[in-house]
Amino acid sequence: MSIMEYNGGSVIAMVGKECVAIASDLRLGNQSLGISSHFQKIFPMSDRIYLGLPGLATDVTTLKEQFRLRLNMYTIKEEREIEPETFAHLVSSTLYERRFGPYFIEPVMAGLQKTPSGAYKPFIAATDLIGCLNFAKDFVVAGTASTKLFGVAEGLWEPDLEPEDLFETCAQTLLNAVDRDAYSGWGAEVYVVTKDKVIKRTLKGRMD
Amino acid sequence: MDISFALTGKGYVIVAADTTAARSIIKMKVDEDKIKVISPHLLMAYSGEPGDTVQFAEYVERNLRLYQIRNTHPLRPSSAASWIRGALASSLRSRKPYSVNLLVGGYDTSTYTPHLYWIDYLGTMTSVPFAAHGYGSYFALSLLDRYHDPEASLEEGLATLRRCLDEVAKRLVVSPEKYKVRVVDKDGVREIEL
Repeated sequence: MSIMEYNGGSVIAMVGKECVAIASDLRLGNQSLGISSHFQKIFPMSDRIYLGLPGLATDVTTLKEQFRLRLNMYTIKEEREIEPETFAHLVSSTLYERRFGPYFIEPVMAGLQKTPSGAYKPFIAATDLIGCLNFAKDFVVAGTASTKLFGVAEGLWEPDLEPEDLFETCAQTLLNAVDRDAYSGWGAEVYVVTKDKVIKRTLKGRMD
Repeated sequence: MDISFALTGKGYVIVAADTTAARSIIKMKVDEDKIKVISPHLLMAYSGEPGDTVQFAEYVERNLRLYQIRNTHPLRPSSAASWIRGALASSLRSRKPYSVNLLVGGYDTSTYTPHLYWIDYLGTMTSVPFAAHGYGSYFALSLLDRYHDPEASLEEGLATLRRCLDEVAKRLVVSPEKYKVRVVDKDGVREIEL
């Protein structure tokens, strides 16, 4: 029994054409016993940064609260909102602070980064539980269904997907991967972030 | 092992917990109250390590009372549950963590809605329509999936609870003989004899 698999749950993020998507399941369990089918793991960090926190559920809540505090402190000190790349390093250093007694969370983040020309560039990243960053160009996965997510995403993802196509790709990848994982599932939610709006959709999957 | 259940309905939360205090295979007591009335509209059923449970429940009770004295108003159920979770989560990474599992049920007098939170000793918290801790959860959760109705009247809610207790009595090897049942609604907390 690994503590990373105690509550179950998975998150995936994907890059599209001037947009990003991040999706998670909604299960909270105690090993094989399901407790809740409304446990959110994705949290908005700013208007265009979303953070997914799969792993031990107590640390999901603790880290959500901790990032809210640190982000507010950053915004007050800098008098501006944080950029996704900076935020990724904030996540990394927050986790590495607990190097020898870590939070059991593998964060996944997605956002739109402002370029010097004023345009928005899609950004995704993930870290392990002690904050080792992984900046990927296509997709990142984490959680109990991560192995399955890798396989399905590898098959479905293609470059430069439009927001609606990216939603479908991301949703189908998650839904099909969690069907092969006993610890993930019980519904899902998907966020698609574009430069002028964020689309949030809550999905039903196989609710068993 | 303690058993506790809770479920929400139309404007109320029912919380039930067994009343046995056991040590090893011996029943020491059969009228132990394991539901604490934290504030006029808040209930907390606790189970887990004997000693830790009462100690932690009283710690929560006194702290939330202190808040009420300082601020005139009591904490609302969601805030109280968050505070309790925070206390458990920080205890988890201390030298001697509390091993206490909780069901926190309350009635929010500002929004007129019932709230129920499932909290375990790790500090995991989730808002749920119905919940259980202990061996009872393996029997009751599937029953509640089938029979729970968030719009049910108090009588219907108690009937659903009775189904759960009967199922535990029928199928669990070491089932408790008595339960204490409390309800919280707009009028506050009261005890109910099943």
